[in-house]
Amino acid sequence: MGKVKFKEDACKGCRLCMSVCPKKILKIDETKVNPKGYHPVTCTDLNQCTGCTFCAVMCPDLIIEVYR
Amino acid sequence: MSETLVFKRPDMLRNVGFHYCPGCTHGIIHRLIAECIEELGLSDKTIGVAPVGCSVLAYDYFNCDMQEAAHGRAPAVATGIKRVHEDACVFTYQGDGDLASIGTAEIIHAAARSENISVFFVNNAIYGMTGGQMAPTTLVGQKATTSPHGRNQKYAGMPIRMSEVMAAIEGAYYIERVMVVDVKSINNAKKAIKKSLQYQMEGKGFSMVEILSTCPTGWGMTPLDAVEWLKKDMVDYYPLGLIKEGN
Repeated sequence: MGKVKFKEDACKGCRLCMSVCPKKILKIDETKVNPKGYHPVTCTDLNQCTGCTFCAVMCPDLIIEVYR
Repeated sequence: MSETLVFKRPDMLRNVGFHYCPGCTHGIIHRLIAECIEELGLSDKTIGVAPVGCSVLAYDYFNCDMQEAAHGRAPAVATGIKRVHEDACVFTYQGDGDLASIGTAEIIHAAARSENISVFFVNNAIYGMTGGQMAPTTLVGQKATTSPHGRNQKYAGMPIRMSEVMAAIEGAYYIERVMVVDVKSINNAKKAIKKSLQYQMEGKGFSMVEILSTCPTGWGMTPLDAVEWLKKDMVDYYPLGLIKEGN
């Protein structure tokens, strides 16, 4: 069981993390706009997260921390 | 259940947000270099040289001594630094406009002298910072603001494969081309970056890692389309893998 934490304010909504998530549980939260003006990424179902770190490895802005 | 932090920002990167465009892979490359420096225990003796281009502000991000160089002159500046501080780990971080165009003379002669430095060459096939103009590395047919109908081979020639050029130089010890588009390729890129730093610390001489990178803004694509384009079109012309090891 893993856990991901996003620094939402720094997210630029590029979706690269979504493309590598094996569980496909990341999506852009279109109900929010961060101070940079982007819709930040969010995890739809933390229970499914395995803490594989793929999203964090792919994130160009290093906004993801992974716990296991 | 206690939780352990398994992935965090490396201490070698300062806690400053990158200015790069959404989906630009410069950030990934910064992290890989920072992690390798940390893992090799070189945090206290690393000196980086920043280029001119999108990564001109790299000195704001790396948590080590950094020196800004004039456009293309990073290998010359790194030569000076390394010769004075022989024990230091000296790296340059350069884009394709910097290394393959205005700085061609510097990079070739640094390799010819087998300067004991590590060069990280980020090739995104375009001039990103100045607004997406055609670079020496722009692919034939690729659109840029100065080649709106795509690069014309007859008019602009063929793109330069810098790694192959460098591998032909006797003094170059280690040359490899990698990309950073998915988890596997990022891990491979990290291995190459680490190897280049290790070779430097062993005194083997000049090494360069060419990292294929995306420029979604300059290419006029979404970050995900840019990744696909890199994997398909760019890798076709710039084959990945080890190009030279040993001299």
